[in-house]
Amino acid sequence: MNRVLFLGATSSIARALAFCFARDGARLYLAARDVGEAARIAADLSVRAGAYVCSGAFEATDYERHAELIGRAAAELGGLDGVALCFGTLGDHSHAARDADCARGLVAENFTAAVSFLTEAANYMAAQRSGFIIVLGSVAGDRGRAGNYVYGCAKGALALFAQGLRAHLARSGVYVLTVKLGLVDTRMTYGRGRSLLAMSPPTAARGIYAAWRRRAQVAYVPAFWRPVMAAVRIIPERIFKYARF
Amino acid sequence: MPPSNAGLPGAPRLPVAGWGRYPRGTAEVWRPEKLSELRAALAAAAKPVLARGLGRAYGDAALNDGGSLLDLTRLNRMLAFDPQSASLRCEAGVTFAEVLETFVPRGFFPPVTPGTKFVTLGGALAADIHGKNHHRDSSISKHVVGFDLMGPEGEIKRCSREENSDLFWATLGGMGLTGVIVELELKLKHIESAYLEYESLALPDIDRVLEIFADYDRRYEYSVAWVDCAAGTKKLGRSIAMFANFASADRLRRQITDRPLILEARRPLKIPFDLPQFALNPRTIRAFNALYYFLHRRGTRDSLVDLERFFYPLDRLGNWNRLYGRRGFAQYQCVVPLAEGRAGLIELLEELKRSGIASGLAVLKQFGPQQGMLSFPIPGYTLAMDFAVQDGLGELMERFDRVVLKYGGRVYFAKDAFARAETVCQMYPNLEQWRAIKLSADPRRIFSSRLSRRLAIDPGAGER
Ligand SMILES: Cc1cc2nc3c(=O)[nH]c(=O)nc-3n(C[C@H](O)[C@H](O)[C@H](O)COP(=O)(O)OP(=O)(O)OC[C@H]3O[C@@H](n4cnc5c(N)ncnc54)[C@H](O)[C@@H]3O)c2cc1C
Ligand SMILES: NC(=O)c1ccc[n+]([C@@H]2O[C@H](COP(=O)([O-])OP(=O)(O)OC[C@H]3O[C@@H](n4cnc5c(N)ncnc54)[C@H](OP(=O)(O)O)[C@@H]3O)[C@@H](O)[C@H]2O)c1
Repeated sequence: MNRVLFLGATSSIARALAFCFARDGARLYLAARDVGEAARIAADLSVRAGAYVCSGAFEATDYERHAELIGRAAAELGGLDGVALCFGTLGDHSHAARDADCARGLVAENFTAAVSFLTEAANYMAAQRSGFIIVLGSVAGDRGRAGNYVYGCAKGALALFAQGLRAHLARSGVYVLTVKLGLVDTRMTYGRGRSLLAMSPPTAARGIYAAWRRRAQVAYVPAFWRPVMAAVRIIPERIFKYARF
Repeated sequence: MPPSNAGLPGAPRLPVAGWGRYPRGTAEVWRPEKLSELRAALAAAAKPVLARGLGRAYGDAALNDGGSLLDLTRLNRMLAFDPQSASLRCEAGVTFAEVLETFVPRGFFPPVTPGTKFVTLGGALAADIHGKNHHRDSSISKHVVGFDLMGPEGEIKRCSREENSDLFWATLGGMGLTGVIVELELKLKHIESAYLEYESLALPDIDRVLEIFADYDRRYEYSVAWVDCAAGTKKLGRSIAMFANFASADRLRRQITDRPLILEARRPLKIPFDLPQFALNPRTIRAFNALYYFLHRRGTRDSLVDLERFFYPLDRLGNWNRLYGRRGFAQYQCVVPLAEGRAGLIELLEELKRSGIASGLAVLKQFGPQQGMLSFPIPGYTLAMDFAVQDGLGELMERFDRVVLKYGGRVYFAKDAFARAETVCQMYPNLEQWRAIKLSADPRRIFSSRLSRRLAIDPGAGER
């Protein structure tokens, strides 16, 4: 039986992923800053999957309380086997590109907070010499683009951090999965122009869950983004910098 | 900590249509994922505003040109289930498909289901939907314990038979015009298996059909007749009638499987493009109808069919609405009271024959008692006919309406795209009383739809 802590559980991707775990019998702790919504999602998962699901408060930039949250979740669940780091903010790029405060905030919410939390989680997992960590990254982190480089750099840095963490934990038996998501039809992307490439949150979650089950290290979801991003990465910088996206 | 709605994304202006893809329109579409976002969206949305589910109403019931729509499909959390009372509390965006997936394996089924599982419970309550068991179990309202309705200022009113009962009865069947159903409590029914015992009979004419309904409806939970609209005048109303009851677990164990509540998932097929206009023409439709009747002419007795096949045969073909081509299609569904029902049905079928327009699919069923104030079902016979949108269809529907009105019947808002205000206000005698309740619940009339304006259901709404 898996006992999993979800961070940013009000994300619809997180909710769908939590359902995949719950259906297979996992016990879950849903951490979110909107505790009322987290409780509704917890209720939903218990009704649908008959699983044990509880919830509690979590603010990503409240760094001092990260270790405490891990303790709380482990106490509620009777131990902790995994964490799924799902929080993130796309923000308003045109604002972030001009306003240093805003840019710093985006990096803090998407990256600094994740580093802080993952460090505590890694300590916990390394001590028990088992466990897993799922990190939701983005294809936006694979190359800096004019349209979203603040969010993109945070996600790219997060993937790099997860890569190092994977190596750090390799000998402790702790498994780290980096997910690079393509466009998902969620609150984050709704209304920003429709794309045929967008997948539904349950589809994204099934992809993430499948990657976790086969113990993938870095998974693109859906898989076609791997070759696409490989191609995007080899476009020479002097040309790429003029790309309009 | 304050609930966050800072992340509430704006609302794009999108093209929208009902299931028939006629008529088409555009609206500002909000898609809240949290309760707080719903309230924020309602406040920020262009008025008039309207809740929308999965857009399975055929015509313009879930359209709101010049205003906005609140897409409720992401507010689909199940909140509690009590197996003792079979009572489910959930948000309005939960779909029948989700209810089936969650509860059929545990031995529960929706008390009333439409002919597709891709309908939200909110949409089902708003249209007070009926199923093949209406003669026995009435419409979905009868199984609703209560619901939370969000009013124009974002305030929540709890509605049940005891509390705010006027609003309760005005909202069930009220087509979203009294507010947004946010949460609801519904009693499911027990089933022992996911299969039905099924009997079908070929019936040569309308008299035989009505006779059989009167008799078999007492023995069967579910009944419906498929009418061969292409049959000649002497065989008017010639039908294949179908009757079914849920099968017992024992029978399943004896004959098919030792896991009677489990069905294997089947992938839906996709229709990748619109069928060309000529594919469904009167001749192919007639040929198809004749063939269908021919294949079923011997009927079947006592066979087993799984519930997906029985209740949702068309759901296998994901977006079958594209079969009717780019102009879209429409359904005419009416009910004529029992007393002179036979005469009414004959006149309708004769009108159809005279028009030369072919109906791809026509079904007939007998209804039991009425529930909500604007609920469609009244004791009588209901006839539903699908048509490709074509020249002369509006006139045909007008002639249908005259017949229906003459016999004291009515048309179904959830299917309608053609009716006129003058006719409809005579068809729904409770309309005046309903308007008074609507006005006190929504004095500024911010809830309105393209259908409600076309049919002047809530006069004055949206005119600002
Ligand atoms: C193949 C097929 C078979 C069908 N079979 C049947 C049948 O057997 N019996 C039957 O009765 N109907 C049937 N229908 C019609 C369908 O059940 C109704 O139109 C139903 O209302 C559709 O629900 P929806 O979620 O798609 O809502 P929509 O089509 O999006 O909206 C329909 C109406 O409900 C209102 N509404 C939606 N959600 C809410 C909410 N949360 N609060 C307030 N108002 C809301 C909308 O404003 C609108 O007026 C069928 C439709 C199809 C496509
Ligand atoms: N959607 C896509 O196309 C896409 C693509 C690639 C990667 N991703 C990643 O997938 C993850 C989930 O995103 P989503 O699309 O589901 O969007 P979402 O619904 O906006 O989810 C973001 C989640 O992060 C939480 N969050 C944000 N800032 C927080 C903070 N300071 N403290 C605590 N929680 C905070 C949000 O909480 P609130 O509900 O309280 O706001 C929400 O639960 C994110 O990491 C995102 O970067 C998404």
